[in-house]
Amino acid sequence: MEAASIPGGDRATLARSPLARLPDRALKYGLTALAALILALIVYFFIRLFGESRPAFEKEGVLGFVFGNDWNVNAEHFGALPLLVGTLITSALALLIGVPVAVACAIYATEMCPVRLRAPLTALVELLAAVPSVVYGLWGIFFLAPKLQPAEQWVADRLSFIPFIGGGMVTIPNYFIAGLVLAIMILPIVSAISREVMTTVPSDHKEAALALGATRWEMIRIAVMPYCRSGIVGGAMLGLGRAIGEAIAVTILIGDAPQLSGHLFSQGYSLAAAIANEFGEAQGLHRSALFAAGLVLFVLTLLVNGFARLLVVRAARGKRQAPPVEQGGAGGLLADAAAGA
Amino acid sequence: MSTHGTSADLLAQFAVSPKRRRKDRIARATILAATLIALVPLALIIYYLLSKGLSSWSWSFFTTDPTGNTFFKNSSIGGIQSAILGTIEMVALASLISIPIGIGVAIWLVEYGRASWFAQVVRFFVDVLTGVPSIIFGLFVYIALIIGTGSTYAAYKGSIALSLLMLPIVIRSAEVILLLVPHALRESALALGAPRWRVIFSIVLPTALPGMVTGMLLAVARAAGETAPLLFTAAYTMKTNFNLSQFMNSLPVQIYNDVTSPTAAVVERAWGAALTLVVMILILNLIARLISRRSRLA
Repeated sequence: MEAASIPGGDRATLARSPLARLPDRALKYGLTALAALILALIVYFFIRLFGESRPAFEKEGVLGFVFGNDWNVNAEHFGALPLLVGTLITSALALLIGVPVAVACAIYATEMCPVRLRAPLTALVELLAAVPSVVYGLWGIFFLAPKLQPAEQWVADRLSFIPFIGGGMVTIPNYFIAGLVLAIMILPIVSAISREVMTTVPSDHKEAALALGATRWEMIRIAVMPYCRSGIVGGAMLGLGRAIGEAIAVTILIGDAPQLSGHLFSQGYSLAAAIANEFGEAQGLHRSALFAAGLVLFVLTLLVNGFARLLVVRAARGKRQAPPVEQGGAGGLLADAAAGA
Repeated sequence: MSTHGTSADLLAQFAVSPKRRRKDRIARATILAATLIALVPLALIIYYLLSKGLSSWSWSFFTTDPTGNTFFKNSSIGGIQSAILGTIEMVALASLISIPIGIGVAIWLVEYGRASWFAQVVRFFVDVLTGVPSIIFGLFVYIALIIGTGSTYAAYKGSIALSLLMLPIVIRSAEVILLLVPHALRESALALGAPRWRVIFSIVLPTALPGMVTGMLLAVARAAGETAPLLFTAAYTMKTNFNLSQFMNSLPVQIYNDVTSPTAAVVERAWGAALTLVVMILILNLIARLISRRSRLA
């Protein structure tokens, strides 16, 4: 070897002493341990959560717990179906109402709005994310729900021929109000991700559509939407994850009635709401049942979020292949928007 | 097409048919309407917060503790001093825990882990953490620190629950910023013979820090508004308390308790507390935005 090319002697003089190398090693292994700690923590929590909920699962059976339609604390019967159904109804409503509005917001901000308005509009929608969930609950129960009750009653009376929607008394806290407020709460995140995806549509595609004589709406429909579909679906799923896990606003707005209610405008319960509402004074089997509800909730959000991330990442990757200019950034930005909003 | 066709003919031939034009107009009007609808709740929330909240603001509102005395007329129900201080204390401790750990993990991901399988696994788990509902963090801490140690609620346990919630936000935002630090900077430092840790502490971190502040502030703002993780970790107490190993009040929990009260005055206090909380969070968001505009990275 031609070690002689190093001026002033051999490599040994340039090499760091073992002592000087110590902080480097320490930092590297220390940080690796930190990262490993996070993994260990999640796994530990998951196992402990399962352990704590075992008594409830043992008494009711896993299927009996999840699909049993009887949540009776006094009789120590814990079938979480009313809770699960409440969670599903409210978050489905949140998606139905929230996603179209959020996507429209994103389209308006990226394709239609004057450039000068874009930043303020985005900031305003993002402001919705800064409002704490307990404030949404407070506002919903004291303002929105009483104001909307006559309208809901009107709809319930007119649509009384449709099962699950019509007929019956409209109570102030109900499934619909909880879903509506959840829709407002997921609006910023769904809109942020849709916007992020829409800005990555190559302008060639849009200009080509316009040059072929498409109107602006046709351009949006044929050039923008197909390109963004999986990203938007991913954003919607992230919103769904939020809606499923929301506890405080829902527990205030849904009425905390632990039975399956006949229709949309009556009181109900959800998994997260039950935990927030009952955990404080729960003991023994009741507490275990609430841990079990937490586990079901946890698994549900894991599935939804996993699927959402898959879609968002795929959307970002697709983009990265298409325009070479966009290298880097896209995936990180998406993930950032997902995390930050 | 006749060669003698005038431009008017051509226009007529290529013009958008009335049907398509109508469709376009309807679609654009719908999109605009939906955008405006999205802004309605924001306006309503702000209006109600201001109109209901401001009236309960007063000097004594901020300087007294809630008394729990709601049954007798003319007795003071007290203010939200303990809630404000509790929120500040617990969120500060949560930041002290989650920001160093979060930045540490982000540095590891960018400088050491990079694209290795282990780094991918860590990234995946951080994403998992992002999606975990906040109330589940409360359950986690309850299991680990209350069942696990056989003790009861304490403020620091609430802080730990909040820090778990902040962790993924801090890690993700810090990682994005660290990736933006130019490679040339690291390489020049390494070429000058600096060891890796000096490169990280003297070059990478100072360059990235202003950009990372934004993500940290957003995480702090998020934690300040959370009720669910505190409900059964720090619980509820009325007294102002500086001891982090005892029960502690906080703004979100105070609001949550007051919402369910049948007494009108207590609900008024909830509005006042809600306005206070939203103002605190908005200030944090505003500072974050200003800093991110100033910072050269991000």
